[in-house]
Amino acid sequence: MTPSRAVDAFVRRHRYRLLEALPWLAAVASYFVFPDYLALGAQILATTIFALSADLVLGYAGIVTLGHAAFFGIGAYTAGILAAHGWGEPISGLFAGATAAALLGFLSGLVVLRATGLALLMQTLVVATMVAEAANKASFITGGDDGLQGMEVWPIFDLFRFDLFGHTSYVYCLTMLFLCWLAARRIVHSTFGRSLTGIRENVRRMHAIGAPVARRRLVIYTISAALAGVSGALIAQTTQFVSLSFLSLERSGTVLIMLIIGGVGRLYGAFIGVPLYMVAQNRFSEIDPVYWYFWLGLLMVLVVVFARGGVLGLFDRFRQ
Amino acid sequence: MGDTLSAAVSIGFHGLAFAMVLYLISVGLSVTMGLMGFVNLAHGVFAMVGAYVLTSLMSRFGVPFLPALLAAAVAVAAASLPIERLLYRRLYGGDELDQVLLTMGLVFMSVAGATYFWGPLQQPLQPPAWLSGAIDVGFRTFPAYRSFLILCGAALVTVLWLGIERTRFGARVRASVDNLRMAQSVGIDTSRLFMTTFALGSGLAGLGGGLGADLLAINPSYALQNLAYFLIVVAVGGLGSIRGPFVAALLLGIADSGFKYLLPEFGAFFIYALTMAILLWRPRGLFGRA
Repeated sequence: MTPSRAVDAFVRRHRYRLLEALPWLAAVASYFVFPDYLALGAQILATTIFALSADLVLGYAGIVTLGHAAFFGIGAYTAGILAAHGWGEPISGLFAGATAAALLGFLSGLVVLRATGLALLMQTLVVATMVAEAANKASFITGGDDGLQGMEVWPIFDLFRFDLFGHTSYVYCLTMLFLCWLAARRIVHSTFGRSLTGIRENVRRMHAIGAPVARRRLVIYTISAALAGVSGALIAQTTQFVSLSFLSLERSGTVLIMLIIGGVGRLYGAFIGVPLYMVAQNRFSEIDPVYWYFWLGLLMVLVVVFARGGVLGLFDRFRQ
Repeated sequence: MGDTLSAAVSIGFHGLAFAMVLYLISVGLSVTMGLMGFVNLAHGVFAMVGAYVLTSLMSRFGVPFLPALLAAAVAVAAASLPIERLLYRRLYGGDELDQVLLTMGLVFMSVAGATYFWGPLQQPLQPPAWLSGAIDVGFRTFPAYRSFLILCGAALVTVLWLGIERTRFGARVRASVDNLRMAQSVGIDTSRLFMTTFALGSGLAGLGGGLGADLLAINPSYALQNLAYFLIVVAVGGLGSIRGPFVAALLLGIADSGFKYLLPEFGAFFIYALTMAILLWRPRGLFGRA
């Protein structure tokens, strides 16, 4: 490759490609093709934001976390508690959720991100567990084990009411996912995003060339926490319910699983893994309501055995 | 004064019993993660299966307690062999995320499997007659089953440590943890070694799960519910260490029973805060190598 071609390739890298329209076409088409499944669709779209936020820290900055549910749950509880106490305006609720999650991400990141490897994994897990424990103890405001009841979410812009069939929810979640994706895509392709990849691939070299490693990790952790907060707030607003399971270790694990199934560090892994996992979960639990966990687990094991690197990794191998 | 002393004794006693269970279950995980570099989130499954095998052998087939306990450990060790050969071995030295996906998949399957075979309800452990009631040691009494648990745990720990320190097999394990490549080049068959230590660790977990059935309740989501505990013991103790997890388990067990006794409302917070503090101070755990 001649230098100019190499530069060309680098410049073209962050131009929009035709293939990138595919998930959006599929999402819009699903709105018309599956009108009975819009509620599930809205959940999938909102969860995709969650997986996208996990991809930013895990796939790009190499921060392995088992505590991402903390940010998701804080976002959900913030939006939920606002709506239950007389402020049901959805857009500002999202912002409030994102801010609360970002704040928690920043503060916990200050402490947690000093560690790497297993210690980091444990620190994130411990933070999330403490947040879950706090939410459990503060049952006078969170509702504790019974979950948060009595949310009233107002129509978006005073125009679009949240209907029973999920039309508004679907479009609302799709719009938010699109905005979050634009933001994530910009971040990933910026020089900041490149330096994150550098940190993931070779921390020592990044230190050696004078990159502010700790600060960059903290910044992406905070941004990712904010996105996770948006996702949680969206799900709280569209389902009008928040429970302690939003903060659980299981939730943190599940988002990792969805991301790994799709493919990590590719920005699009979330768009494949989340629908695949959630549709499979939905189908299995309808076919076999008691033992669907088994089939889901089997699916995960099969992915590891036959499709290492997730579905997108499989595509790569086919192309080669 | 007498009350304080008596409280301290009972905190220490219950903490010790809990620590034994945690250690027996987690030591195998520490070795798997340290020796093979494998993030095994499914380790709790082995403990759960051990506990289920023990309770069903006793209640359905009327097997006495001690043989049933032994059978549970052996059954779990045997069952872990094909899992290691067929699934885990593919991922040694591979991507951590694939390991997470595989082991979480196994956990999910275990939840459904346990519900299928044993139902969704909690399984009670009925200790045999000679272990129910209390032992009077003069100045106070101790529950017999927990005392047995502590003695049994202490005996196993002694055997394990002697085995690691004094036998040829133990020397191989230590060599491989220290330097895998060097161990291979002096002719240690590490593949076989992995298999044996994995089975041993799983068997111990099965034993610990069975012994500790009244401390960590047996139900289908056991592996998920207690995962954080096992990981804390391993991370605080130090990966690949045999002694580290023991100290960590003691710390966690005694802190847990102490805080539950003194501050039942906020006990869990202190445990987690303590874990964070230790890991900030020593990111590789108390006995981890730098």
